[in-house]
Parts: sequence; structure tokens; C-alpha cells
Amino acid sequence: MTQERKFKIGKPILEVKNISLSFGGVKAITDTSFDVLEHEVRAIIGPNGAGKSSMLNCINGIYKPQQGTVSFKGKEITNITPNLMAQMGLSRTFQNLALFKRMSVLDNILVGRKLHTKTNFLEVAFQLPKVKKEEKINRERSEEIISFLEIENIKNTPVGKLPYGLQKKVELGRALATDSSVILLDEPMAGMNVEEKRDMCRFILKVNDELGTTMVLIEHDMGVVMDISDRVVVLDYGKVIGDGTPDEVRSNQKVIDAYLGVEH
Amino acid sequence: MKPVFMTYTKKDLINLAVCMVLSVLVIPTFITTEYWYTSILIPWLCLALATIGQQIVMGYTGQLALGAAGFMAAGAFAMFNLILRVPDLGFVGSLIVSGLIAAAFGILFGLPSLKVRGIYLMVATLASQFFIIWMIDKFGWFKNYDSSGIITAQDIVILGKPFTTPLAMYFVCLAVTTVLTLLAMNMARGSTGRNWMAVRDMDIAAESMGVSLLRTKVQAFAISAFYCGVAGALFAFCYLKSLEPVAFDIKLSFKILFMCILGGLGTINGAFIGAAFILLFPVLLNAIGNNVFHGAIDATIISSIEQVIFGGLMIIFMIYEPLGMAKLWENIKQKWKTKIPSSTNIKSSLSKKT
Repeated sequence: MTQERKFKIGKPILEVKNISLSFGGVKAITDTSFDVLEHEVRAIIGPNGAGKSSMLNCINGIYKPQQGTVSFKGKEITNITPNLMAQMGLSRTFQNLALFKRMSVLDNILVGRKLHTKTNFLEVAFQLPKVKKEEKINRERSEEIISFLEIENIKNTPVGKLPYGLQKKVELGRALATDSSVILLDEPMAGMNVEEKRDMCRFILKVNDELGTTMVLIEHDMGVVMDISDRVVVLDYGKVIGDGTPDEVRSNQKVIDAYLGVEH
Repeated sequence: MKPVFMTYTKKDLINLAVCMVLSVLVIPTFITTEYWYTSILIPWLCLALATIGQQIVMGYTGQLALGAAGFMAAGAFAMFNLILRVPDLGFVGSLIVSGLIAAAFGILFGLPSLKVRGIYLMVATLASQFFIIWMIDKFGWFKNYDSSGIITAQDIVILGKPFTTPLAMYFVCLAVTTVLTLLAMNMARGSTGRNWMAVRDMDIAAESMGVSLLRTKVQAFAISAFYCGVAGALFAFCYLKSLEPVAFDIKLSFKILFMCILGGLGTINGAFIGAAFILLFPVLLNAIGNNVFHGAIDATIISSIEQVIFGGLMIIFMIYEPLGMAKLWENIKQKWKTKIPSSTNIKSSLSKKT
């Protein structure tokens, strides 16, 4: 990442302030705040059960935090729903894969174009000219993403039949198809081998570099995270214990303790 | 496969042409017995149409709904009242408005799908079945205060011409079914169908992509009820030629559900295959009973055997081919193709590898 970036890191696009989330008596997140700057690659790391996925679910509106606010593009969003966030330009992938299993790769990615589809069901039923025009644009964009991710050879295969690594790629493709300004990636490299991980890193950086998409990713693999992210926030037991550039985080005593354990 | 015309590929157009030639030219020339029209072809088209409705909500959108017959009753009685009270609408206009009235019920009874799912939704949608039948029975206005319980359906008149012979009625059903099937195919293959299937396969992800669960589910229920309503109106006016709420009881709902599952969930052609199978199977069993055993087996036993075989088939399909007969047919075609590789297949298999 030594070369000049096409999209300079800008102002905060996503701000999370004092979020607290609990399930019954279990506190998943306690008073957590951090921000994400425009065009950056931001990683959220932490040991198992640190509240990383819960954090993404709060940002995306799947969980409703008991306290705290989420601001997106300078607006504080009071009643967050996944649908509203998608409309505002925030897309995501899921930890345990949430693809449309019986649909083909191309159809999965086409669903990502939903917000760019304005025709209603009657117009689709009668195949009016504007439906055809819109469908053509959406298909072209989807094909672009498919070739960008180098998965042309499987585009008509039902997603359920694909191996795990490819499914992760399709999910990234579907998120890309939305043309969102921010994409949340929930463990995009979990369960992948070294080569697949390297591939996925390449795509994440390529997307960030060529399209300027802000990437927020959760990852276990410290090495990978340190290599590709601009800034890292470290969670442990639902609290922020470190926030900064990879180098700052690496030398943070609290982070080292959380990952390596403390002498008692 | 590239679409040649609208969303249809060359294969689709050939299939469509074959179906049209068969149904418009071959059947009317070779089948002259009224029995075939009044007892098999007309109910087949009507029930296939209702099954497409069930497919949209269950096969494509994945919402377990059980109440197709209720919406059919709504459509049938709406049709009766529209022809009776608003004669200016004409047959086709009344048919469309009856579908819309059924769709309004569909929206109302589809709302629970936002909160409950699976088997619980099935129970919730049963309410539509019982409510609509109860409403028609309770308020005499719907039956025009007829005390006999069975009302004769009005004659079908389109543009001043009566359509009263079985053949003419068959053509009415065929025309309506063809148009609505093509519209359903357009929707299923377009962005509308993708939204339905996205909700079916993974609703949370669909929502995160901007697909509104509320709108998609309610839309599917409305379109499904529209199809059922139109099918119900045709069923009453072309097949039963009378209107009685009992004809649209829960048994008919189950029949349509079976047609949907046996035919193949999430397919349009499955609706036709499933409807044909369930309608023709009893006829076939009867013929076997009469011709092979020369009436030695009692008719009541045959109808019991029918139930047993249906039950068995349902279980077998659920285990071995959950995607139904349409998928089975695809598999047979696939095997046939791989056994005898034609030059085009070799070409396509080569291009797949590269």
C-alpha cells in the first residue's frame, strides 16, 4: 500500500457512539464507540465472543441496541432496519453465509441490484420496454462483478452446490452489486486456506482501491488484518480495548494481554 | 441460452408453440366426447391456474399457505355478484375484478406472514379458508338471498356471443390460463421472481439487500389470491356451472396443495403436471378397476386405494424428489441427453470446460 491511493481517506462516514447491547442478562457490547472514515479499510478484531458480529448486526439493524446511536453519512439514524441501511448505501455479508441457495450465482448477484430496480411487478409481468432496459443494465453490471471476482465459469450454478470459498466470493459479489458506499464483511476469510485468503484480501483491496468502497471487516487472522487494514479496532468482552493503526494496536499492552493472556 | 423474444429462449418458444398447437388444434379435432371437456380438460385448466397461485406464494416465496380454495370461493362469488349487479362490466371485466377482490382478501390474510412462519403460518392462513366460506354462508346478499343453497351460474357471454358449449368453455379457460401463465412466467423470471425467491431462501439477507419483506410477502399473497380468484370464477362458471360454498371446502385447498408439491415447488410447468396427475389418476384407477377387474372391485374400495396411493406418493416424493415431477422430468431429459450425446451437447460440454 505504498502507492498513491485514488480515493483519499476522508471524513467519518459511519460513527458508532456508546452502543450497549445485551441479551437478557448477558452483555454482548458495553458502551462501545468508534468511527469509520470514508474510503478506508477498517477492521474489527477480537477474541471469540468479543461482540464483533453483534456490533455489525447493530450497525446493520438486525439487532436493536439498548443504548447508543449509529450515525451514517452524517445523519443519526434512530430506527435502524436492514432495509433502510441498504437504501442509504450500506451493504453487508454474513458470518455463516446467507446466500439464496436454490438460485444461481448470477441470480444471487442480481438480487443485489434490487435497489437499482425501479419497475414494479405489473411492468415486469407485461415486460414493458423499460423493464427490458433496466434488466439489461442490471445484468451487465452483474456480469462485470462476476468477471471482476473471476467466477465466470460458475455463474449459472446453483449457489448451494458450490464449495465454501466460492460461496464467500459470491456473497462479496452480491454486496458489491448494490453499489453501496460502505460494505460490512463478517469474517470474509473464515474457514479458508492460505491461498483463498490471499485471493480474498486481493479482492477486498481491489474493491477499495478501484471503487473507493469503504470496507469494514471482522477477522480472526491477525496477520491478514494487519496487512490490509488502515485502522483496527480491538474488542474484548464487548469493550473497545484498542483503536488505531495496525502498528499502534500491535504494541498496545491491553491488546497483547487479551490475545496472549495475562500473568496472574 | 439467450432470450430471443422478451424473456423467452428459443426452447421456450418451441415449447409454447407445441402447447398451443396441441391445445388449440389437436385436442379440438381429435377429442369429440363432451366428457373429456367437461370433466377433465376444463377442471384441469382451472385447477392448474389455482395451483400457479399456490406456487407463487408457496413455491416461489416460501410461505406455507393453505387456503387457496377460500380465495377461489371469493373469486367465484364475486363473479356471480358482478355479473348480476354490474352487467356493464362484461365477462372479462368481471373476471378481472373478481380476481382483484380475491387479491384484497389475499392481502388481508397474508399479513400474518410478517410475524409467523412455517407450520404456524399454515394454521393462520386456514383462517381465510373458513372466514370466506362462513361470510358467504352467513350473509344472504352474496347469494342474492337464494334459499336453495345452490345457485346456477349465469351463462358466459363475451362481446354479445354466448359461450355455452363445452368446447367454447374450454377455449375460454384456455385463453385465460394461457395469458395468466405467461404473465406468471414473466414475473417469476424477472426481478419480481428474484425477490420472491430471495425471501424464500434467506429472508434476512434479502432484507439487507433492500428487498422489503412486507412488500414482497404481501405482493406474493395478493398475486396468488388473484390467480386463485380467477381460477375459482372459471371453476364455478365453466366446470361446476353452479355456485355453492361447499364446493370450495378445505379438501379442495389440500388438493391444490398436493398438486403444487407433487408437480414441483417453484415451477410453473409443475402446476400443470401436478394438476393433470391428481385429476387423471382417479380416472385411470377407475378405468383399471372396470377394464382389468371388470367391476369386481367395489368403487368405494377404488376410491380408498386412491387415497392410499396418493399418501404413499407424497411421502416418496418428499423423500426422493422434493422438487416434484417437474424436476423428475428434467432429470429424465438430462439422462436421455447424456446417454445419446448429440453434437450440440458435446459442443456445450466443451465450452463449459474452457
